[in-house]
Amino acid sequence: MNWWQLQKRDADLERELRSDLELEEEEQRESGISEGEARYAALRAFGNPTLIREQTRAIWSRNWLESLARDLRFSLRTLRRTPGFTVIAILVMALGIGANVALFTVVRGVLLKPLPFHDPDRLVMLYEAGLLGDDATGSNVVSGGMYAEWKNQNRSYSSLALAKGIRVGLSGSGGQLPEKLNSALFSWDMLRTLGVQPALGRDFTLADDSPGANGTVLLSWGLWKRRFGADPGILNQTIFLDAQPYTVIGVMPKWFDFPDSSTQLWTPVYQENREDVMTSFSNHQFRVVGRLKPGISASQGVADLSLISERVHNEHLNDPFVFRSASSRPLLEHIVGEIKKPLYLLLEATFCLLLIACLNVANLLVARAAVRRKELAIRTALGGSWLRLIGERLMECLLLSASGGALGLLLAFAALHWLTQTRSDMSRVESIHIDSVVAAFTVGVVALCALFSGLIAAFSISDKRILGALHDGSRSGSGGSARASLRKVLLALEVGLTVILLIGGGLLLKSYERLRSADMGCITQDVITMHLGIPDARYATPARRANFYDTLLDRVRALPGVDAAGFATVVPGQGYQMDWTFSIVEHPPLPQGSGQFALSRWADPKYFHAMGIPILRGRTFDGGKRLDAANEVIISQSFANQYFPGEEPLGRHLRVNGRNAAVIVGIVGDTRYEIGEAPRPVQYYPLDAGVENVGTLVIRSSHDLEQFALPVQRIVSEMDRDLPVSDVLTMKQLLGKSILDQSFNTALLVAFATVSLVLAAVGLFGVMSYIATQRTTEIGIRVALGAKRDQVMRNMLLDGMRPAVFGLVVGLAASLEAGRLLRDLLYEIKPLDPAVYAAVAATLLAVAAFACIVPAWRASRLDPMQALRAE
Amino acid sequence: MSSMAKQAQQRVGLLQGTLDMLILRTLLYGPAHGHQIGKHIQRTTNEFLQMQHGSLYPALHRLERRGWVVSRWETATDRNREFKYYRLTNKGRKQLVAEESQWKQMAEAVARVMWPAAEES
Repeated sequence: MNWWQLQKRDADLERELRSDLELEEEEQRESGISEGEARYAALRAFGNPTLIREQTRAIWSRNWLESLARDLRFSLRTLRRTPGFTVIAILVMALGIGANVALFTVVRGVLLKPLPFHDPDRLVMLYEAGLLGDDATGSNVVSGGMYAEWKNQNRSYSSLALAKGIRVGLSGSGGQLPEKLNSALFSWDMLRTLGVQPALGRDFTLADDSPGANGTVLLSWGLWKRRFGADPGILNQTIFLDAQPYTVIGVMPKWFDFPDSSTQLWTPVYQENREDVMTSFSNHQFRVVGRLKPGISASQGVADLSLISERVHNEHLNDPFVFRSASSRPLLEHIVGEIKKPLYLLLEATFCLLLIACLNVANLLVARAAVRRKELAIRTALGGSWLRLIGERLMECLLLSASGGALGLLLAFAALHWLTQTRSDMSRVESIHIDSVVAAFTVGVVALCALFSGLIAAFSISDKRILGALHDGSRSGSGGSARASLRKVLLALEVGLTVILLIGGGLLLKSYERLRSADMGCITQDVITMHLGIPDARYATPARRANFYDTLLDRVRALPGVDAAGFATVVPGQGYQMDWTFSIVEHPPLPQGSGQFALSRWADPKYFHAMGIPILRGRTFDGGKRLDAANEVIISQSFANQYFPGEEPLGRHLRVNGRNAAVIVGIVGDTRYEIGEAPRPVQYYPLDAGVENVGTLVIRSSHDLEQFALPVQRIVSEMDRDLPVSDVLTMKQLLGKSILDQSFNTALLVAFATVSLVLAAVGLFGVMSYIATQRTTEIGIRVALGAKRDQVMRNMLLDGMRPAVFGLVVGLAASLEAGRLLRDLLYEIKPLDPAVYAAVAATLLAVAAFACIVPAWRASRLDPMQALRAE
Repeated sequence: MSSMAKQAQQRVGLLQGTLDMLILRTLLYGPAHGHQIGKHIQRTTNEFLQMQHGSLYPALHRLERRGWVVSRWETATDRNREFKYYRLTNKGRKQLVAEESQWKQMAEAVARVMWPAAEES
């Protein structure tokens, strides 16, 4: 029987009962009973029409589906009657469920889905490992020489392939501007190793990947669409990368983004790199992907490679930079390594949030059940079954959770859309989709929420209390203390969870602040940076390169508003990038097998001034010395401390591979190559030597920084039409970009913590208001008997604060454990930071007091006469 | 244990069935509405069976659901108003016969146990 028929049947029954009752009444009247009494007599003879209706209706709706429909209708009606409660509960649920669904989708897409390669479980990332100079490392990038040895001699991998991320300039063509792109060098067999085919055209061949070959390039789907209008005719056409011709041989599938999502081009590595780079054992710069043979475990593979490394190491004992072992990680782990921990942490946080949301809804339901307890008690007394009451609670919760879930799914959808837009840099961001598994997860969460909050609410109306409720009802002097205590327990739990989130958020926030305010060792205000690279093909000689830089800097410095300008290969905050091994000419030779290395940068003489890096001793480069004559070097403070302890560094000489010894002319302040990393020793060489061809232009100005982007671009294109200027970023933006992850995680966790704090406050307020209403009569009596109002208020306040304090203690204790999860994400603070703990405790107590004070104050202002009459 | 449960079920079933039987029997005289049926049973038993409307209406609807009676809104002859009249169906007649014989059997069985002397004479 469907709902419509039931409805009709109901109306029919109603009419039948009414007509029969009226008849009874008429007959009573006819038998001579007065008008007024006839009615009551009829009712007496007839019985309780409501009850009769209930029982008769039950005849028609006996199967479970119908009773479900009935519960549903009843719940809908109940919820509609209290729109405020319903809206709040649905919003709370939507928030909790939405956050969980969104984060689960991310975790599933990024961490759980297998890589989109062929048989991805057999793919591993390989590293060199062991001692390098004074540093020990477990996972270092691989040298070209070692790769070749591994490839030729191993017996564990069906193939080994090489990759390296680089940047290339794509020349302007067809009216399009030149631009700088992230590109990757692949060995010819990389795509075969991964088991991927180009979507269009062909893969690299061994012939493409050899030193004498013509240039070939694979395009990413995105670049092909954006730059070449998705024209399949691009195949076999020539494009210019760093002024060298390359033939387009294929386009990769849309989803392909190895080694990272910003890669837009792929070119063969052996064709590109000089032979000495590819055979060196001490020049480490490549990523190696291996496919394990069937039946070989990852550790067997590593043992195999380590043996080869060991032999190579022993053959090159005089070179301290040859590693002696290997290590590996599953490819998926390598790709998502950095993001795994924060993601799981955030997932845990959202789970806490969901729990809080459920507790809150349960709390609201318990409160409502408390308001309706007389109704419920009467219904039970009249024969309404306890199971039905529970069924109704569950149905209510299911409705709330389902609506919350639907809304939450929308929220999640919006959040994910926003996330994939703003965090397109995140690894595997393209695999984040709401799919059937996520939908199933949502349904599961909804059911779990309904069951959890529903059961809590349902068991708060145990049938044993029915009689008690009716007794209480006669005089609500000390009513419902048991139910209030259930709510207090729920509240304490909620507060506890909130405290954990607050502590987590607080720790990350403080860590983030530390990170942001970390001294980079240079000016971070009023500086704008621009990336610039001059192709070797057109700037083949040192003289041409040096001339380019001189002209560029002269013209930039002449721009109105420029206070200072400089050029360096790498500026602070741009990462580790490059190091050089060196020896100190005046020092005795190091024992065999040990070596020294430091970050190496090339800079023009005025770079230090422009960046505000203080020259502590000596002077900057001599601007008059150019090309081979520019044989000076400047070292950083920590370089001096580490390699010249108790010695005068100025005037000493450094020798690096393949260059004349350079004299140390100055010592500058330390800088950080990356925010959050300790300063490392740096050696600066003069840009005027004309060796380097890529770097960053820095401009300092007290005027609007963005305005320099266009004039500089104009200067550059006047000098060379094909030269792209890229990554125009103020120093602040550059640093902000490098701590995007941290700021992102922090923002999310703090947002979660804030939401849960609000939820806890709402819960506290609700319970206090409830308790105050419950105790109206009692307070009235107390006040009438002479209790002081501030005493009443204090009592009420203490009553409300007790669960808050209890929850706080529990939460603090649990945070000690939870803090450990955070340890790896924290910068320069300990998981047990007392200031954070104190701040959280204070905030929570303040919020709790605030939530309690209004009901308490209201209770203390009660007029005793009114309070006593209230019943 | 299970046989005891079965027994209890049967007894309840019989008692419930009794009311059903009385209603069906009443309707044998012709269509009647709920009030009339209740009043009739009450009067015929000399008020011995106090009709509980709380069980009468559920019983009527149960009979209707099982298809033993059908109902229709009709104007009463003595009052100018519509009442819901129930009338017996063929299925209901058969059921009445079955229940009647069942009841007779049981009444006789009970009688034999209760008044064994009567049978001897």
